[in-house]
Amino acid sequence: MDIILAITVGGLYAAGIYMMLRRSVVKLLIGLGLLSHAANLLIFTAGGVIRGRVPVVPAGEMQPLETIADPLPQALILTAIVISFAVLAFALVLIYRTCQTLGTDDLDQLKATDT
Amino acid sequence: MSAQVAVILPIALPLATMAVLVLAWKSIPAQKIIGVGGSTLLLISAAALWWQVDRNDILVLQVGNWPAPFGITLVADRLSAIMVLLAGLMVFAVSVYSLVTIDDRRVEFGFHPLVQLLLMGVCGAFLTGDLFNLYVWFEVMLIASFVLLTLGGERGQLEGAIKYVTLNLISSAVFLAAIGVIYAATGTLNMADLALKLRSFPDEGIVSVLAMLFLIAFGTKAAVFPLFFWLPASYHTPPVAVSAIFAGLLTKVGVYSLIRTFTLMFVTDLDFTHNLLLLIAGLTMVTGVLGAMAQSEIRRILSFHIVSQIGYMLMGLALFTPLALAGSVFYIIHHIVVKTNLFLIGGVVERHCGTGRLAETGGLSGSAPVLATLFFLSAMSLAGIPPLSGFFAKLTLIQGGLEAERYAIVAAALGVSLLTMFSMTKIWAEVFWKPAPEEALPEACGEPHSMTDRFSLYGPILLLATFTVGIGLMAGPVMKASLATARQLLDQDAYIQAVLPNSRLPESEAGAADSNADVGPLAGQRPAAQESPQSPRGGTVE
Repeated sequence: MDIILAITVGGLYAAGIYMMLRRSVVKLLIGLGLLSHAANLLIFTAGGVIRGRVPVVPAGEMQPLETIADPLPQALILTAIVISFAVLAFALVLIYRTCQTLGTDDLDQLKATDT
Repeated sequence: MSAQVAVILPIALPLATMAVLVLAWKSIPAQKIIGVGGSTLLLISAAALWWQVDRNDILVLQVGNWPAPFGITLVADRLSAIMVLLAGLMVFAVSVYSLVTIDDRRVEFGFHPLVQLLLMGVCGAFLTGDLFNLYVWFEVMLIASFVLLTLGGERGQLEGAIKYVTLNLISSAVFLAAIGVIYAATGTLNMADLALKLRSFPDEGIVSVLAMLFLIAFGTKAAVFPLFFWLPASYHTPPVAVSAIFAGLLTKVGVYSLIRTFTLMFVTDLDFTHNLLLLIAGLTMVTGVLGAMAQSEIRRILSFHIVSQIGYMLMGLALFTPLALAGSVFYIIHHIVVKTNLFLIGGVVERHCGTGRLAETGGLSGSAPVLATLFFLSAMSLAGIPPLSGFFAKLTLIQGGLEAERYAIVAAALGVSLLTMFSMTKIWAEVFWKPAPEEALPEACGEPHSMTDRFSLYGPILLLATFTVGIGLMAGPVMKASLATARQLLDQDAYIQAVLPNSRLPESEAGAADSNADVGPLAGQRPAAQESPQSPRGGTVE
């Protein structure tokens, strides 16, 4: 399972970077989305994948009896997903406004502020 | 108890101010009054925090009373307190300045609440003692800066924002990945706990990979050598007040994070990490100043100088001696004040002449002598002319470099200083010295009209210029504070002890064995989730 997830993470990073190297603003945004998914999945995988062992201490015990799944990476991912959702929503509006104002979605045309 | 409250106030006050501002959304005068009032309160609370830290050394607040590695910890040491104090000072100056320079439409769309949100993120990043929490504060700061950058929706702003947003999001993704890997490797995200565990981490390679991931993530935010391209492409596009607060604070959050991680956590392989930092510092200085020389617009020149000066701040960190680190701290103090002030002055120039392009300005030394004097002071301070603040900052860094026998970086720092002088004199000659170009309208290059306008424009500039001169004239006390900060940064044990009072430092044998056993799945076979109370958060409490 770890191997499959690791390959998926690598694939997501590769796809994200490939998309960001394209000239279209929309593809840039898709690339950014894929990058953040890759990071989230990386946290999930790196935190250790354990199946069916809920992190709940049984009644009367002071600590879990067996190895349990670590809930923290999932909490981290949840936070990160919420943040990246908000940021991507902003970025969507931004590229929409940019295309409207500048009349192009080609990143090669966006060099008036460069130096 | 009251000492601990001082730690949370710089985060809570901007949040409260923002809430009140949102309630008073419709009224422009109310927005302005509450905005400036909130910034003043933040400045006062920051001063109170500095006073407390000066007395108590390191203040620690365990949020929600959860003990250290489990809950979120807020830590205020000297460096954090200095940074928060400077942030408070800058936001106060800029919010007064914005009263006149930010147009009503931008105020209507929430300029003041956004500034407060930005400050909450910045102060949070300075005060947190937890890596994931740092990520969250970074994002709070970023989203506020995104909106501030694009507010108004002009062509240049939107175009600059695309670059700014993209590169900052990439760096956030790298930061997040780094957090995931470091949690997998050590089972903790608390910085003090991490410092403890990375000391005895069995696999050097993984620590180096982690250090590099954090270097890329924070380096992008700090705009160091190969990763700085977003900064000159975007900082000159928004209104001046926004540029000024970005220039003063945002990259410095990256520098702060680099200093924090590379003095506390990644200190096991100094040969590799800090030599690389030194190389980056040198290249950042040189490329930044060369970029500035090629520019012909005030704010673009100043933007490239930010990059160049980030190099100086990293230089002290890379040399890693108490003196050099103190130089870095001194340089940060000096740089934030001077750079913000230069942007504010650039804004007044743009207001006088209707443009920031050097060719189309001129004659201001005659028509605005006060402005010319203030610019001269700040510019000479930036270049490092005694007795202004920049001189002592550079002197300390160069002394540190000579002491460490790193002559190449000293030569680079001195050369870059000279080139900084060159671009400052270029602005001086073009904007203030040469006669006004003929085609300029006579009334365009005049003084601002009403008294209140003048106060709002010149008050903050005068305040910051006073600080520049004051830091120079009272370099002794500032130097003493910087040295105390540097010593505190190098004393990792004190930081760890303050955050984790029950921890056993690995000097004792039991402690060493324990932290060896505590490392997570990348190092051992056991998943991270259960161990002694010191180990992973979210694990079991005995």
